[in-house]
Amino acid sequence: MRIIIPIKQVPETSNVKMDPEKGTMVREGVESIINPLDLYSIEVGIRLKEEYGGEIIVVSMGPPKAQDALKEAIAMGCDDAVLLTDRFFAGADTFATSYALSKAIEKLKPIDLVICGERATDGDTAQVGPGLAALLGLPLSTFTSKIVLEDGHVKATRLIEGGYEVLELPMPALITVVKEISDPRLPTLRGKQNAKKLDIKKWSAQDIEADTTKLGLKGSPTRVVKTFNPKVAREGKIIEVKDEKTLSLAVDEIIDLLKEKAAI
Amino acid sequence: MKEIWIYSEVREGRVNEVTYELLTRALDLKQKLTDSAVCAVLMGYDIPESDRQEIIKRGADRIYYVNNSLLKDFLVEPYSKVLMKLVQRYNPEIFIAPATTQGRTLMPYTAVKLQTGLTADCTNLDIDEVGNLLQTRPAIGGNIMATIKTSTRPQMATVRPHSTRPAPIDESRSGEVINVDISLAKEDIPVKKLDYIKDETQEVTIQDADIVVSGGRGIGKADNFKIVYRLAEPLGGAVGASRDVVDRGWISYPHQVGLSGKTVNPKVYIALGISGSIQHLAGMQTSQTIISVNKDPDAQIFRVSDLGIVGDLHEVVPVLIKRLEAMKSEV
Repeated sequence: MRIIIPIKQVPETSNVKMDPEKGTMVREGVESIINPLDLYSIEVGIRLKEEYGGEIIVVSMGPPKAQDALKEAIAMGCDDAVLLTDRFFAGADTFATSYALSKAIEKLKPIDLVICGERATDGDTAQVGPGLAALLGLPLSTFTSKIVLEDGHVKATRLIEGGYEVLELPMPALITVVKEISDPRLPTLRGKQNAKKLDIKKWSAQDIEADTTKLGLKGSPTRVVKTFNPKVAREGKIIEVKDEKTLSLAVDEIIDLLKEKAAI
Repeated sequence: MKEIWIYSEVREGRVNEVTYELLTRALDLKQKLTDSAVCAVLMGYDIPESDRQEIIKRGADRIYYVNNSLLKDFLVEPYSKVLMKLVQRYNPEIFIAPATTQGRTLMPYTAVKLQTGLTADCTNLDIDEVGNLLQTRPAIGGNIMATIKTSTRPQMATVRPHSTRPAPIDESRSGEVINVDISLAKEDIPVKKLDYIKDETQEVTIQDADIVVSGGRGIGKADNFKIVYRLAEPLGGAVGASRDVVDRGWISYPHQVGLSGKTVNPKVYIALGISGSIQHLAGMQTSQTIISVNKDPDAQIFRVSDLGIVGDLHEVVPVLIKRLEAMKSEV
């Protein structure tokens, strides 16, 4: 079985400090990591490989240093890696990203399964997985929490608003997965050695025979025209419960606020 | 005439409330965009006439209704095929859908096929001075807001549920329902829906609830988690949780709020024993009102709270439940 796992390198935002004055995120000295939600897709891929054999190819698009994310995937147990790196790719929105990755995956055919994380924690769009499925013409299951392979089909359980639904997709297929699907393993020593030895393939726009008018900033139909820091902090009221009296006051305040917001 | 389209979300055969929130957005855009009309796309099988009328009474000038037994269940491939044909036939200027699991599957799948831009999970929409759509959304776990423009047409966006109120019913409104016949072949439906397992543990799902009561590590132990349910019950709220307690197995993953769980946007979010990690905040900080109870006066959650109670939740919450239940029995 040949599994493709597209991944992304993102800024590490889990230990970010808040600026107490402005109430916004402090962005200085933020490192780059593998998108935390891609760890679940990698783990699913590795488990399928362990069960059915085959190989996993991780693919990413980004600057040369994005190969660190690919190396981490290799260290977890993936077999091969491709980095799309070229100035033509820079500044891509989800359309241009889906297009470039789809061209790379075309080149990696034949494939059996493409597994994506639900979304990347920086862009937060969850659009590249479905976009890839459309461009590659692969049946799609998003928000997948469980998969079972059965004679040429993927039985995918999706987590949707009111519960779960079960779909049957012919293979090859593309699934995007949520955290519930797996518990990611840590890189192994042997994996780390493999990652060190592996020469990661670097593909340019020409290598994937891409139409350069559909790549990068130039090929992106959407453009960020303004960014600003939201004021996350609220001028909230704080009540300290010290005794019966303050306890009663605190409960009164909660009830008043619920009434005011027409919640009760 | 420029058409502003909304996607009418159907769940289990009925138009979902989130559709009416999109009408609020579309009516606002219609005011700002000269010579425009609000049109709703409705796909499904035998959607009740009353639901169609409600879409009109809440603001749609026109409904494009595609009634086909093959569209009974939401499946992205046939839905997208129909949508593409509609877009190609009627050329909308703007097309918005809810940022639900349906919208976030259908819209990106369709947008790349239409070779147009799509902006995810917007919390604000506006029109600029030359009539382009301005789409504002949180990124990087809500730490940055970005305003985005689209150079292609239609300008497509998904909109965060509950980021606005549903449009009210106006009985005097009228509109037309255009039945569009789009045929589908067997090969248009490669995926089969085998089953739907409804979550019976909750009356309201966490993304749809007006009130979400969430528990974190401060709850103490798995067994204590029932206090969260006991508070949610008289409030008619849904139960949420921090990642930490989901990982400990105190409650299942569908309840998880935050970066690796769900994004919720209720009227009131009540955080019990939740410290407020940046990942948790990413999933709930746009809630209209946030109330938190935590023993630690330095907990991050207090920074984003409208009302913060520094105290033991096991002291505060039982008193609160008692009061709420007393109020209920008075009515």
